Amino acid sequence: MNTLFDFKNSTSTVVVWAILLTMPLWIGHVDGYTDLGTRVLVIGLAAMATNLLVGHSGIMAFGHAAYFGLGAYGTGLFIKYVMPSTPLGFIVGVLAGTLGGAIVGYLLAKLRGIYFALATIAFGQVFYFIAFRWNSVTGGDNGLTFQRQPIHLGFTDLSLSSGVTYYYLALAVFAICTAAMAIILRSPFGHTLLAMRENERRARFLSIPVNRHLWIAYTISCMFAAVAGSLYGMLNNFVSPHDLHWTQSGDFVLMAVIGGMRSFWGPLLGAAIFVALQDYLSSLTDNWMFFIGVIFVLVVLFIPRGFVGLLQRKTS
Amino acid sequence: MTQLVLFNVFNGLVIGAFYALMALGLSLIINLTNVINFAHGGFLALGAYFAYTLEPYVGFWGALIISPFFAALVGLIVERILIRPLYNRDPLYSLLLTFGLAFVLQDSVRYIWGAQGLPLKVPSALQSSLSPTLFFLTGYRVFMVVLVAVTVAVLFTILKKTRLGMRIRAGTLDLEMVSALGVDVRILRNLNFGLGIFFAGLAGVLAAGMLGLTPTIGDGLIMPSFVAVIVGGLGSLVGTLFGGILIGVATGVVTVFFPSASEAAIYVMMALVLLIRPHGLFGEEGGTKL
Repeated sequence: MNTLFDFKNSTSTVVVWAILLTMPLWIGHVDGYTDLGTRVLVIGLAAMATNLLVGHSGIMAFGHAAYFGLGAYGTGLFIKYVMPSTPLGFIVGVLAGTLGGAIVGYLLAKLRGIYFALATIAFGQVFYFIAFRWNSVTGGDNGLTFQRQPIHLGFTDLSLSSGVTYYYLALAVFAICTAAMAIILRSPFGHTLLAMRENERRARFLSIPVNRHLWIAYTISCMFAAVAGSLYGMLNNFVSPHDLHWTQSGDFVLMAVIGGMRSFWGPLLGAAIFVALQDYLSSLTDNWMFFIGVIFVLVVLFIPRGFVGLLQRKTS
Repeated sequence: MTQLVLFNVFNGLVIGAFYALMALGLSLIINLTNVINFAHGGFLALGAYFAYTLEPYVGFWGALIISPFFAALVGLIVERILIRPLYNRDPLYSLLLTFGLAFVLQDSVRYIWGAQGLPLKVPSALQSSLSPTLFFLTGYRVFMVVLVAVTVAVLFTILKKTRLGMRIRAGTLDLEMVSALGVDVRILRNLNFGLGIFFAGLAGVLAAGMLGLTPTIGDGLIMPSFVAVIVGGLGSLVGTLFGGILIGVATGVVTVFFPSASEAAIYVMMALVLLIRPHGLFGEEGGTKL
């Protein structure tokens, strides 16, 4: 079971943080650019949020693009229409996604298995249609353009116009979120989620209120997805309905699988691989969707335990 | 006003017939194998484009009959090669696989037939309106609803009366037992998958005749079909059928009053159903497989 809690394993954590902290220094030398690094970070956070349910709790959540997109739209709409403030916009975005997750989670909490998965997919699409249809506010299919603002710190202004500054801001938020995830997973609550994954009936017999726990876990996971979405919106200064689409939800789950669902940092690794491949393929060919689809198929058939799983098999 | 309402209710019925066809295929596959087939919309597009290619040689009627079989054939092959290895694993994996397959199918269609919209020629006999006052009753739409009704009747007869149908129904309840009784479950699952894809292909041809062809033709239909399965309840094909028609008609009615909220309406309906009956309208408590 130590594979699950490999964030206890300090080597991997040190390596991950060494890579993340120095990313802007070397990413240019490997044919990347800073914004690509930020994208990996932010998408990786969303994949880790999804994996909180899919990998650690065994809950098939296939609609997380909805809360990711709600975070982005919440932030974008607030900055554009209400007040040009990055921190407040961020908070509003996170609240929007969390609230959406809490409402949908409440409806889903009684469902299980394949029926649960179907319902998450279907509910995920509600917000897509709203963003797509509500032209006058969201810009419909054209998306919503806005501008992230400097942060007033009292004594000085933190300008976010440079990509590197924004990367480190996102990294700070990422650090807080991953620390919170690690704490949640180590807490008694995290262990009950594990118990529910391994044997729900037994957990029920131990008088664990499984439905309520599922609801809470769903909401927490959606909150982290919304954080990622808000950061993603501000990274691009743009949100489009595509960020809410079910294809995006599937990408998050696949990233978790590519990296390794049973590991803490796996989804981040998966996101790095997936985002880099997507970036590379879309510059190479118009038919990149075909190849992304093939990657889905190959990963499922040949590395279902992900790269972390492969490494663990080699070392053990 | 009455005419407007009638128009939209009928429209809803037509849409509902599509949803029902799609959802029945999905439901067949989910019930027996626990696979949520995301690629259903891709197979629908495949059926539609096969019809487009075949139409110059065999005419509309020929294409209508043949192309669903071709789509089903592709389905049989896909099930055999890609999905069969996943039955013993977590349903998550088959979900992801069909997810990727949806991308592959859509992009293949775009690559082969082009991204531009294409028309499917429909016999002129079907295109005229049947009644001067009820202008919306075009022959094609009425024909479509009738054809879907007949197809569904045939499906239910197959399931009730034939050996294959009985095995599918039995497998839905307890696949292990069916296997223990000497039925080759692998073939059963394969045929069942093909049957589900046949429905997607048929829906594709019908949709192409009404809307024309684009590579994304299945995109708009797949989500409401999922909703139809949920509203109807897992494990019940009658429920799925009912769910499809219900949300189709509901879409039609809402369109009269709030055209832009027609999609949102089906999700509100789904939320209500899940609040009142968490297992769907026709689903049974405990009937959902864990």
